[in-house]
Amino acid sequence: MSELAKETHRSVADKEVRSVKNKRTKSLWWMYLPALIVVSIFIIYPFLNGIRVSFTDWNGFSQTKNWVGFQQYSRMFSDPDTWLVVKNTLIYGIGSTIFQNILGLLYALLLNQSIKMKALTRTIIYLPVIISPLVMGYIWYFFFSFQGGALNDLLVFFGMDKINALGNPDLNTWLIVFVNTYQFVGIAMIIYLAGLQGISKDFYEAADIDGASAFQQFKNITLPLLMPAITINMVLNIIGGLKLFDVIIALTGGGPGNASQSMSTFMYDLYFSRQDAGYAATQGVLMAFIILILSLLALVYFKRKEVDA
Amino acid sequence: MKNREKRSRILLTGLALFITLLHLVPFYILITTALKATGDFSSKWAFPTKMEFANFSQAWEQAQLGTAFVNTTLITAGAAMLLIFFGAMAAYPLARMQTKLNKVVYFIFIAIMIIPPLTALVPLYKMVVDIGLMNTRTVAVLNNLAAFLPLTIFLYAGFIRSTIPKELEEAAKIDGASTLVTFFRVVFPLLKPVTATVLIISCVFIWNDYQFSIFFLQDKSVQTLTVALAGFFGQNQNNLNLVASAALMSMAPMTILFLFLQKYFVAGLSSGSVKG
Repeated sequence: MSELAKETHRSVADKEVRSVKNKRTKSLWWMYLPALIVVSIFIIYPFLNGIRVSFTDWNGFSQTKNWVGFQQYSRMFSDPDTWLVVKNTLIYGIGSTIFQNILGLLYALLLNQSIKMKALTRTIIYLPVIISPLVMGYIWYFFFSFQGGALNDLLVFFGMDKINALGNPDLNTWLIVFVNTYQFVGIAMIIYLAGLQGISKDFYEAADIDGASAFQQFKNITLPLLMPAITINMVLNIIGGLKLFDVIIALTGGGPGNASQSMSTFMYDLYFSRQDAGYAATQGVLMAFIILILSLLALVYFKRKEVDA
Repeated sequence: MKNREKRSRILLTGLALFITLLHLVPFYILITTALKATGDFSSKWAFPTKMEFANFSQAWEQAQLGTAFVNTTLITAGAAMLLIFFGAMAAYPLARMQTKLNKVVYFIFIAIMIIPPLTALVPLYKMVVDIGLMNTRTVAVLNNLAAFLPLTIFLYAGFIRSTIPKELEEAAKIDGASTLVTFFRVVFPLLKPVTATVLIISCVFIWNDYQFSIFFLQDKSVQTLTVALAGFFGQNQNNLNLVASAALMSMAPMTILFLFLQKYFVAGLSSGSVKG
């Protein structure tokens, strides 16, 4: 068939299709109806209802709840625990993001070289990603625990004093960041590796001819062209870090006191242990707000830095 | 020049080996802890002098891991199957029919991805109690389904838009096939690569879920592996060897699958996260 004939054929076919389609063109909403119903019942409705509950003094179990206006909100903003917990949540979110990205990028740069046993290294670094964060928390509990923990065995071996790492309020939030980083650095690494492999070798060859140093090449070629990967990792890690729950439960249970509590674990505590559901819902609204703002900020900020290759 | 390259290659290989060993440390500690007898106070770094394999059977019994394995498997499989079915079906019109209504619905699905599941938990718990689904595997399936539908729809819609040629569906329609037949006979089989991705992502996360399970599955008969493990940890603070054995067993299936199918796991989990 000649090109022209093909063209005509296609446009005739197109017209036919369009007429068939016009008869049937609907939004086909029944196809997404099941999904929409499930999501409405289990996410949208409870989320909106949560906003309503945040204006009540509901204890979570009784049938009565009293409308208290902004009382829970004023309570939240004057509660010193709120600020401690928000601070911890930001440490988990921002701390994990920084460490996972720096380490993930360094690992990716290393594994992008021609070295032996690349596949093995990659597998081992990635392995923790598939393990439950709760189990990961227990694994590191065996490492950090005061009695018979691997860290203290090591300290004793070198003649130093044992430390209660998980019970130390200044230290344990950072240990949780460390465990979260260890677990999910593999995802950051893989995304950076994919990004690195997408950069054409021509850029580096040209830079070599111009006599650019390795550092200059990294700064002027690698980093700008990796920006899309950086955006994805930043947003993913910040959301993951701000939502942290399982690891904290396993490692410190949020303690001592509220010292390592995140917004998620604090909410859980308020609802189940302290029967303060209205207040828990108020904290939930704040948490949704913080996650929304920070992930959007990260998205917009890093998107703007992306360049076209 | 050649020599220098060779030397730097050896150096970098050594560095990679060192990093690999560092990353293996927690696993080494886990395994040696799991193998040591209660009351063995040797350093966690020391290899067990006498391996206590009985830890495994004892932990299996006491933590009721058998029930937990069955529950976790049923919940994971159930949710994953429904996710693929409803997710692919929902994505199709959202990717293809750009009506105003569909654009709004698609936006709703995407926006939901930002809501942390926990923020909806307080009223969700009340609702689950009210409709009598507390302590049922059904509620775990439905919760996980709802939680992963937005990402699933996002992945399927992106794939349909970018890789499935419209001509195929149009041809089927001209032949008189209904939308449903066209979708399941023509489109769905072509979605295999995303289906694999969805399957891997959802299985890993649902298998590992703790947040939903601890809220809604408090009864021993329906508890999942993570809940069983958390309970077991609470009871055995002085007998961590058993906890380590239980932890090792609970992560074994996914780990073995991962080691055999790692290519798919890595591609699945990272493509999901790249697009998510």
